[in-house]
Amino acid sequence: MRRRQFLKILGLGGVAGAALPGTAGAARFAYDGSPDAVGVLHDSVRCIGCRKCEAACNKVNELPKPAKPLDDLSVLDTTRRTHADAYTIVNKYFPEPGKNPVFRKIQCNHCMEPACASACFVHAFKKSETGAVVYDPTVCVGCRYCMVACPFNIPAYEYHKALTPRVMKCTLCQPRLLEGKLPGCVEACPKEALQYGKRRDLLNIAWDRIGANPGRYVEHVYGEREMGGTSWIYLAPKPSFAALGFDEHLGDTSAPELTSGALAAVPAVAGVWPVLLGGIYAITKRKEKIAEEEKKAAVDAAIAKASADAEAKLSEELAKAEVANKRRIEVEVKKALEAAHKEAEGGEDA
Amino acid sequence: MFNTLQDLLLHNKSVTYVIMAVVLLCFVGFWHFLTDKEERKRRY
Amino acid sequence: MTAEHKKRGTLFTPGNIIAGIILAAGLVVTVMRFTMGLGSVTNLSDNNPWGIWIGFDLLCGVALAAGGYTTSAACYIFGFKRFHAAVRPAILTAFLGYALVVFALHFDVGRPWRLVYPIFYQQGTTSVLFEVGLCVFIYLTVLFLEYLPAALEWLGGFDKYRGILIKVTMVLTILGVILSTLHQSSLGALYLIAPSKLHPLWYTPYLPLMFFLSSMFAGLSMVIFEGTLSHRNFHHKMDDEYNTNYETLQIAFARGSAWIMAGYLAMKLLGLAMDNRWHYLFTGFGVWWLFEVIGFVALPCYCYAVGYRDKNLGLIRLAAPWTVIGIVLNRFDVSLVAFNWRLPSVDRYFPSVGEIIISLFVVTVGVLVFRFIVTRMPIFYTHPAYKDSSH
Repeated sequence: MRRRQFLKILGLGGVAGAALPGTAGAARFAYDGSPDAVGVLHDSVRCIGCRKCEAACNKVNELPKPAKPLDDLSVLDTTRRTHADAYTIVNKYFPEPGKNPVFRKIQCNHCMEPACASACFVHAFKKSETGAVVYDPTVCVGCRYCMVACPFNIPAYEYHKALTPRVMKCTLCQPRLLEGKLPGCVEACPKEALQYGKRRDLLNIAWDRIGANPGRYVEHVYGEREMGGTSWIYLAPKPSFAALGFDEHLGDTSAPELTSGALAAVPAVAGVWPVLLGGIYAITKRKEKIAEEEKKAAVDAAIAKASADAEAKLSEELAKAEVANKRRIEVEVKKALEAAHKEAEGGEDA
Repeated sequence: MFNTLQDLLLHNKSVTYVIMAVVLLCFVGFWHFLTDKEERKRRY
Repeated sequence: MTAEHKKRGTLFTPGNIIAGIILAAGLVVTVMRFTMGLGSVTNLSDNNPWGIWIGFDLLCGVALAAGGYTTSAACYIFGFKRFHAAVRPAILTAFLGYALVVFALHFDVGRPWRLVYPIFYQQGTTSVLFEVGLCVFIYLTVLFLEYLPAALEWLGGFDKYRGILIKVTMVLTILGVILSTLHQSSLGALYLIAPSKLHPLWYTPYLPLMFFLSSMFAGLSMVIFEGTLSHRNFHHKMDDEYNTNYETLQIAFARGSAWIMAGYLAMKLLGLAMDNRWHYLFTGFGVWWLFEVIGFVALPCYCYAVGYRDKNLGLIRLAAPWTVIGIVLNRFDVSLVAFNWRLPSVDRYFPSVGEIIISLFVVTVGVLVFRFIVTRMPIFYTHPAYKDSSH
């Protein structure tokens, strides 16, 4: 009973220790990304929702034409998300009723510590030196864990394709960047709502703009730290980012940091479980062996005692029998003597 | 209201310690509940 | 002539007819999936990339196959010799369970022929899913090797190989516990990466521990449940060793389950405390969480405890499927109910007919293969020529 209790406590303690959220490695290092990494700044104060960025993206990436034409502004009356044939979309919001609508452009944020790259079990996503998060469809298995992992719900999937479905998302026009060109959407924007440059330059520009227009902008650059920081950063007019559909509950912890604890437990289990389980097996065997030996010893002792008892009883009985026999003989002799004596006396009288 | 992570964690972990103690006592009680009716095995 | 007629008659039992219908429907959906794409047979979407093929076939399948490692560990590592007769059925259930998980995955992933890429071609080692895949791959091999002696005994003539396999039982068992610990907990760890998408009552850094603990009593409960069902349907295949220890095992596993469920409940409570989640209990999702935890963990735990205490097999045989349903409910809650809880209801996921058909198809194939094996191979009995497998 005690053995099992001990083992259960041991087991639970071992698992608890190994599987606790860990600080293994993740928090010890600070990473700033590659120094020349680029990004894009989107300013919702300047954006007019013309969808020219969507049209340019569609053209540059040779995506299929959507059901409603790309200059149809009525689609803005519904809230959309990225799709297999739309790497980027613009949504319309009314943060202050009665006032002009505000627009948000949605596309892959090319995170500093991309959740998709962390999640992909075949290493199909890579954060390149340019800053773009690049997808390799030649190894993708189609497990769609990247879609589960992305906090911004960006990757889309070609569910309509039977044998060659791909994950679809903004590429930051990596091929164009390598040719020295601007991303398609940035080039097409008529209002300079999209600005391309080095990420750290863009951060400075964003904060300068906030300072130069007091009371106009929300005093926050979205993407500066969210999920560990993104290459695509945003400015929004007051009242808030939340009013434009931005998720303000994401926190600053990146995806790799979120899973590093669980991953750290893996080698611990591999290293320690053999020790624990082998040890328990050895202890179990030893206890069984000792129990066997004790049992054998007890049986032997019982047998020995039984035969000793039996022998003692036998000799006792024998002794008793001998005594009884002797007495019987004595009694018989005495009787015979008395009888003889009586006869002798009786003979004398006659 | 917690203004710092430190405040939040202090509160959370304090509550947790108390519950841990209660849990351990409950485990002892549960063990007795499970094994009350067992006949004591004779070990030779 | 009469014997043949009888044989044909017994093939079309109600159970077999239902199985046949499911198999036929499954084949139709399979063809659709591979000619017209996932979109044609599933309700998966960009917001809901994982549905019941992951939530049920993968998560529940793996959790409920945990009877393999728990039973073999109890018998070979912890020395409970009297459970020996239950090891082979448990290993078979586990082996088929994992094989079916891999089978089901071939429907879900976009390019199933690439399923070996992460292991052999390009390893995404930062991914928890990589670790799941690697573990499942190795563990399926281990389970196959643990099951193989029974098949070899049935085939006959492979004594040398069978002997080698029996010799390495202990190593395979220990390896099985290590691998199971890793992948059972990692299935929970999969969701650690998406805190913004999982409801706070289900999202906890303790998710891996929760999944691991629950896999243990899921496995024990499945062994009890599968034993009850098998006893009813395959009684004629069971030998004395199996029958003598059958009830003792159910009582002992009831105690084990109750104890581990108590630990799981403690962790649920401590998890709430560590992250200060109490106020969520007073919401709609809170009621559902309480329904899952109290209705399908605390209550069956108590049922097991009283059943063990009073040696009441009726209660134990009630608690076992109750617990199994609780595990399924928990995996569904994590992957489908609490996941994407913030999305408006119009964007939420519900399985399609095609997905349900394939899930039923996968389970049916499993049951049929199980039946085929146990009615022919020494699973519930010891092969007379191989008495050393019973020690």
